[in-house]
Amino acid sequence: MKYVDEFRDGELARGISAAIAREASPARRYAFMEFCGGHTHAISRYGLADLLPPQVRMIHGPGCPVCVLPIGRIDQAIRLALDEGVTLCTYADTLRVPASAGLTMLRARARGADIRMIYSAAEALDLARREPGRQVVFFAIGFETTTPPTALLVRQAAALGLANFSVLCCHVLTPPAIAAILDAPEARAPGGVALDGFIGPAHVSTVIGSRPYARFAAAYRKPVVIAGFEPLDVMQSILMLVRQVNDGRAEVENEFTRAVTEDGNLKAQALMADVFALRESFEWRGLGVLPRSALRIHERYAAFDAEARFGLAYTPVADHKACECGPILRGVKGPLDCKLFGTVCTPETPMGACMVSSEGACAAHYTYGRVRDASG
Amino acid sequence: MKKAYLRPLDLARGAVDLSHGGGGRAMQQLIGELFAKAFDNEWLRRGDDGAVLPAPAAGERLVVATDAHVVSPLFFPGGDIGCLAVHGTVNDVAMMGARPLYLAASFILEEGFPLADLARIVASMAAAAREAGVPVVTGDTKVVEKGKGDGIFITTTGVGALPAGRELSGANARPGDAVIVSGTLGDHGMAIMARREGLAFESEIRSDTAALHGLVAAALAAAPGMRVLRDPTRGGLAATLNEIARQSGVGIVLDEKALPVDPQVAAACEFLGLDPLHIANEGKLIAICGADEAEALVAALRAHPLGLQAARVGEVCADERCFVQMKTALGGRRMVDWLAGEQLPRIC
Repeated sequence: MKYVDEFRDGELARGISAAIAREASPARRYAFMEFCGGHTHAISRYGLADLLPPQVRMIHGPGCPVCVLPIGRIDQAIRLALDEGVTLCTYADTLRVPASAGLTMLRARARGADIRMIYSAAEALDLARREPGRQVVFFAIGFETTTPPTALLVRQAAALGLANFSVLCCHVLTPPAIAAILDAPEARAPGGVALDGFIGPAHVSTVIGSRPYARFAAAYRKPVVIAGFEPLDVMQSILMLVRQVNDGRAEVENEFTRAVTEDGNLKAQALMADVFALRESFEWRGLGVLPRSALRIHERYAAFDAEARFGLAYTPVADHKACECGPILRGVKGPLDCKLFGTVCTPETPMGACMVSSEGACAAHYTYGRVRDASG
Repeated sequence: MKKAYLRPLDLARGAVDLSHGGGGRAMQQLIGELFAKAFDNEWLRRGDDGAVLPAPAAGERLVVATDAHVVSPLFFPGGDIGCLAVHGTVNDVAMMGARPLYLAASFILEEGFPLADLARIVASMAAAAREAGVPVVTGDTKVVEKGKGDGIFITTTGVGALPAGRELSGANARPGDAVIVSGTLGDHGMAIMARREGLAFESEIRSDTAALHGLVAAALAAAPGMRVLRDPTRGGLAATLNEIARQSGVGIVLDEKALPVDPQVAAACEFLGLDPLHIANEGKLIAICGADEAEALVAALRAHPLGLQAARVGEVCADERCFVQMKTALGGRRMVDWLAGEQLPRIC
């Protein structure tokens, strides 16, 4: 594939791998977090851990949209479909996330809920237009990458005057999540997670630009390298992080210059500012309740806000007691530290969200990485 | 006496109605004018409840396999539910190392299904059966009320003869054996998916649906010590190799660089976030044989029109965890696991 194969070249990968091995000092440890699930997936799918020397360790971050969605939000969506009889349109990944009372969206479907998998947010709007007698709700999840399409959808619905379309908005923001990880007590405790730097998101950064990461470099002294999702992007960004650490620098560098600028996509940002407003607080799975970390539909589009239209209240629900998704999402623990991993929690019967999405740390390790574990 | 007049079936504008499954004249007419005519052979002509078949040759054993087909859409680039229903079952019989001999077919039709579509499907099925040399010798038709089915479902059952001494099984793989595929991976599933999602490519992705017993015969002649034959349908190469690894109690190591994938299928997978290793094939086989026979086997497959892109893609190893793993093109390692959940309902 043109424009893709160039970023998956084995020869070049071995070259970067050798450079990392040469430059990373064996006398110290380098712990880098890839924030994004897209990077987690690339690292696992291409087996990149095998191309890194033992002193360089990658820690999976919380940037998996499905993983950070708390049970209470899935419950809201299921209740809409089961109790209000709406047609709920959702990305397929959310279907298997465990919710309350042993339900998942997939099980709710089997009980008669009209829940449909869509590939593109526009399909939800098309459905509402085609079938005016049906209340259609789009379950909008994801970081800044998937947010502009939702905004566009709301604007189109308003322009069309659709009375049967609304959005259950669960969009979340990247910078507050990074801040939460760096501010977490574990991160500050001696012997806690000592992160030496971040691989910054690819697609999110095309929207928000590289500027929002500057404060992590300045205030927390953590290097950030924004990287594309191809394996060579990831390898190159790890080399750049190693060099920053070796030089004692903490800067925002951009490896993904083919798509990311300092300011990001101003048009998309304006669209988002028009349609959304900041929530005072939002519950994240694993990170807890974070202030000003998520978006809701702005009052001027209240007619398209499913929470307002159906009078939905939010009830937080605790994760399964033994589930380690929280610490795993904060980078404090790995999948193998969870007692449930690979026993009762598998991709077929996930207990926690990290085992659901292919971008989740547990699913990625289960699906691609177990071959490296000491025993099956 | 005047012969009772029966208006011929309106194959252009007519539709299936409940009387076509009711056991009366309308059903007889549908069977006679459509099914019996298309599949015509000595067994169907007798019009009995079953077919009386000759016993296999001395020493041969019978192999039987059955497969239900519920694919949506019914017509897709490269085929339709009719030929798929023949190929699917012929291939299941062939993968046992048997010579497919006869098919039985049962149809579940939904009230309102256009007779024109039914005629097209039956014609395609009859052509596939003739081409494969495997006649449909008995069948059944049922009609369900509108909304209780989705147009048409077809179940076929195949019978074949297995020569004395031939024992193919997923449990036969041994460390050191070679893993060979007969061609590009994921074509069928991606043809269906592209059609459903309305994806357009430079040239259309076509299903690989085909009867593989000819290719199997060539493979067995070149590698008489063949251990395993399988057709990687639902779940793709990944699911089939995991099944074999578990049955045989071994591990399998694939070489990503050796895996044949059509560039358009690869691009579509990239676009939809899918892995070609998980996507269904309907005209490909996986062969596992001793390393000494691998070269001859690949050559024999490549000499057959259905195996032009055959390749040796991996090796069986000792691994009590029964992991299927892959050396990635980047030089790393990863698991090739079963697919979790349902990637694509109603693929075949």
